[in-house]
Amino acid sequence: MEVDRADGRNPNQLRPLACSCSILHRAHGSASWSQGFRFIQTSHFYHFNLFVFTSKCYFCYWVGSGDTKVLAAVYGPKAGTKKNENPEKASIEVIWKPRTGQIGKPEKEYEIILKRTLQSICILTINPNTTTSVIIQVVHDDGALLPCAINAACAALVDAGIPMKHLAVAICCCSAESGYCILDPTKLEEQKMKGFAYLVFPNSILSVLPEGSSLVQGEPMEHGIITSVTHGAMSVDDYFHCLERGRAASAKLSDFLRRSLQSKLPGDLSKAE
Amino acid sequence: MGLPNASEDLSSEMEVDAFRRLFPLRYFERHLAESIRPDARPLSRARDTTISMGAVASADGSALAKIGSTTMLAAIKMEVMTPSLESPDEGCVSIDFHMPPICSPLVRPGRPAEAAPVVAKQLSDTISSSGMINLKELSLVGGKAAWMVYLDIYCLDADGALFDAALLSAVAAFSNLQIPTVSLDDGKIVMLPEEQKEENSEKEPVNKEKRKLTLGGIPFSLTCILHKNYILADPTSEEESIMETLVTVVLDSSNQLVSLYKPGGAVLAYTSAVQDCIALTRQRVKELHQILEEAISGMEID
Repeated sequence: MEVDRADGRNPNQLRPLACSCSILHRAHGSASWSQGFRFIQTSHFYHFNLFVFTSKCYFCYWVGSGDTKVLAAVYGPKAGTKKNENPEKASIEVIWKPRTGQIGKPEKEYEIILKRTLQSICILTINPNTTTSVIIQVVHDDGALLPCAINAACAALVDAGIPMKHLAVAICCCSAESGYCILDPTKLEEQKMKGFAYLVFPNSILSVLPEGSSLVQGEPMEHGIITSVTHGAMSVDDYFHCLERGRAASAKLSDFLRRSLQSKLPGDLSKAE
Repeated sequence: MGLPNASEDLSSEMEVDAFRRLFPLRYFERHLAESIRPDARPLSRARDTTISMGAVASADGSALAKIGSTTMLAAIKMEVMTPSLESPDEGCVSIDFHMPPICSPLVRPGRPAEAAPVVAKQLSDTISSSGMINLKELSLVGGKAAWMVYLDIYCLDADGALFDAALLSAVAAFSNLQIPTVSLDDGKIVMLPEEQKEENSEKEPVNKEKRKLTLGGIPFSLTCILHKNYILADPTSEEESIMETLVTVVLDSSNQLVSLYKPGGAVLAYTSAVQDCIALTRQRVKELHQILEEAISGMEID
């Protein structure tokens, strides 16, 4: 039943995560989120290119092929809302820039999904008749792009100080033919598998109140799905299996997010990762 | 806040239409408390659905689908093209979804509707995920010629559940599709018009007769709204604009989950809600399957 993954991870293992905030100085808030390592592969790339493609060594592709990296910038709140938006609430505008190529239907779909996800976590009644712009720039895409973008957008919103009810943590789960579920696939794994699902959950709650107060319909609040987008056909049981794995992984992601954002608090002089 | 009290006082004195415009959420919640909706449907019932095939006579396949007032017209045109190098024995399907200004007062000319590219992308993902179309069937001469299928869906009236109606019209159009006859003429594929079929003996037809595509698992969908503890099946556009959390479940005839699409929304979906939505979709798949079968057999009798 063990599925062999190309990079040697076990099915429940996520790629190494890295989150840095306040990297763009003009934006009100910004963050970059990457899943996977780059530097190990870069040295091999350079070495290879130097001997085989000597003429191209100055233009060689430094970024390795093992990571997904997204940069998010937040500007806002700015005055005024767009024509079709409700002026009694704050509105969120998302602009998605792909790494290469023109903006087409996939980008528009990502914009709408991200907008609706962020609208459900931000408190929209605090600053009515304002627009907050979230700009997503894809730096590198190697699988699980939309979850990476949602995580980056959340971190950027925290960096900008936009009021939110809770954070959103996003994860990608793939379902293999044998019914086995793997987490955080690379692009090759996404294409080979039967189906995959992008799942977004609220982050886990650290509270001094007893557990019982946070149960809704018999389940803790962080088990509710904010967003789910699936590709490829899978059986209903496989989907619920993916949901369980996704929830467990989202607890780990929540901890990582909490740790990396807490280290950015003012008064903490240690360098952020 | 003065608002809750204001609506209680005014509700007995105001006309129903005015109350519906001024306090839409309260209006709907009063109905939901009685387990009914303003158009007298129970919460889990979808609107009346009809399909009519062959609506566009000049197209190779077409269908008009109506779910309540939401109307979608799907038409398929086929063209011969050279297949790509990565898949030399596969054809191609291109799906486009248009929302002309006729469909809704919110869509104006010159400014494309926000929902249009999203529904188009969702449709093409769903149709390719479900495996309904086997692209290898669209190949004519391996490596040299294959069919390019252009599916265009026009929304004629947008009254909620756009994706459901669009998917239904696409599936019906594919069921109605008849691949035209072509022949090989000096190494080029030429379309054979109807009249010349008997006369031409020197042109060897590549496919002898108009044939239909064999369809794999046919996907059907249902959109539900989640609001507090209620699940409303098949929302109208008024309901969608007030209660914004939508879940679209697509199942195929073998009950495989093709897609579960929940783009954000204020209400979180717990396992019980997801299971209820899937159960509602299963019922709906049976209804839609029957409606599609009746429409197909209706066409064949003619």
